[in-house]
Amino acid sequence: MSENHIELKNIHKSFGPKEVLHGLNLSVKRGHSMVVIGGSGSGKSVMLKCILGLLSPEEGSIHIGGRDVTGMSGANRDEVLSHFGMLFQSAALFDSLPVWQNVAFGLIQGKAMNRKQAKEIALEKLAQVGLGADVAELFPAELSGGMQKRVGLARAIAGDPEIIFFDEPTTGLDPIMADVINDLIVDCVKRLGATTISITHDMASARKIADDIAMIYKGEIIWQGTAEEVDNSGNDHVDQFIHGRAEGPIQMDVLKP
Amino acid sequence: MNFLARLGALVLDLLAEIGRVVLFTWDALTRGSLPPYYLRQILTQMVRIGYNSLPVVGLTAFFTGGALALQIYEGSSRFSAESTVPSIVALGIARELGPVLAGLIVAGRVSAAIAAELGTMRVTEQIDALVTLSTNPMKYLVSPRLIAAVLTLPLLVVVGDTIGIMGGYIVSTQSLDFNSGAYLKTTVDFLEVRDVTSGLIKSAVFGFFIALMGCYHGFNSRGGAQGVGRATTNAVVSASILILATNFIMTSLFFTD
Ligand SMILES: Nc1ncnc2c1ncn2[C@@H]1O[C@H](COP(=O)(O)OP(=O)(O)O)[C@@H](O)[C@H]1O
Ligand SMILES: [Mg+2]
Repeated sequence: MSENHIELKNIHKSFGPKEVLHGLNLSVKRGHSMVVIGGSGSGKSVMLKCILGLLSPEEGSIHIGGRDVTGMSGANRDEVLSHFGMLFQSAALFDSLPVWQNVAFGLIQGKAMNRKQAKEIALEKLAQVGLGADVAELFPAELSGGMQKRVGLARAIAGDPEIIFFDEPTTGLDPIMADVINDLIVDCVKRLGATTISITHDMASARKIADDIAMIYKGEIIWQGTAEEVDNSGNDHVDQFIHGRAEGPIQMDVLKP
Repeated sequence: MNFLARLGALVLDLLAEIGRVVLFTWDALTRGSLPPYYLRQILTQMVRIGYNSLPVVGLTAFFTGGALALQIYEGSSRFSAESTVPSIVALGIARELGPVLAGLIVAGRVSAAIAAELGTMRVTEQIDALVTLSTNPMKYLVSPRLIAAVLTLPLLVVVGDTIGIMGGYIVSTQSLDFNSGAYLKTTVDFLEVRDVTSGLIKSAVFGFFIALMGCYHGFNSRGGAQGVGRATTNAVVSASILILATNFIMTSLFFTD
């Protein structure tokens, strides 16, 4: 159980003249929880979208379970994606559908399950993230941020995926709700035995969910190790980040008065 | 020189845009013709695009028919040809005004609504979320709207034609001293099948452009609320221009022999 489930090699991705990822390498072992830390705008979300095929990198290769998925499209891509779950940074719930249909969406539309059975599963998944049947009939706009994240989480795990991505699952939540979400993630991942990549700049969250940690800086992975090693990484960038210091090798582009 | 350079850039932009629209259309048609078909989506869209447009199309047609009768009566009385009122009202409504006005009105209502809805879904990552749930957004969002608009616009125009001719009839019999039975008889005797069918074919084409422009601009909107606003405006303007231009082309194809 230690082969690489997800492997990115030398990924380059630009938007116009702006190079966001240049030469990014990352490997995640099957069944492991990888947490990618890094500052805002360092290309974390872009990396996930490249793996999902929502963006196509100009250079590099992406292997999932040993299979080359770079530039895949159509039915093959759909097949690969049917093993994925994704919690978006903005939750990205379908605001025209009630909560239970959001959670059941992949089952009804993607896997052509009948609605009654899909609803039962949706209610079960909602219960797993601590939401009752009364919430199921509400619309996403009627929920608080924390509840939306939980619905997004329920939607991500509804299809019992092998691989789950969590894009900043705790950003913008109060510390208690953040911890609740962390627990839910750990819980869901254990239950499913899934391989996960979580993105965060919240170190408390990272320590809680990570088996492995990688740090992205200026479009490259500059350090990768186990969660225990992060405190003795010997890397100045990592040290600065995990202690949240303004002084260090990472310079923010702010004009000093 | 500066002026020429700008003109050149404008033409290049326009050509690039046309290329993108053609690719988008091709994608929508080819993907849309493969299963699965989202019947529920098609029905929902038929209600939204067709049924919900009935009041505004009906009102427009009624007032236009009435005004047309008054104008033709006034104009034709200059050479004592008042008896042409019923036939010209019927011809004008069925061939031109029915389909074009319904097209423009629905473009304002529906293209804008589609662009705003899909644009919001794009900028809030809901379209990306669809992909990760193994649902092709072209199929799930675009095809049902195209199909619904192509099917419902002709139905709307049948209703609009009838109400428009009724408008002319009411004005003519109530305030212009036309004989009720004679007016209707002239209308029915004069109208040919192809007067009506040409209008219906036109309206199906208009329906296609209305949905296509809404979807295209919504799908490609970028950058938050402002981007969605821009998409909405562009959708209505481009749909209206396409309607007027193709109306001219189709009229010259149908009626020059
Ligand atoms: N679709 C896009 N078009 C253009 N630029 C983008 C796009 N998506 C992301 N970017 C840019 O890429 C950079 C990295 O973005 P992102 O991966 O979202 O950062 P983060 O690490 O905070 O998740 C940002 O500077 C952003 O402006
Ligand atoms: Mg991000």
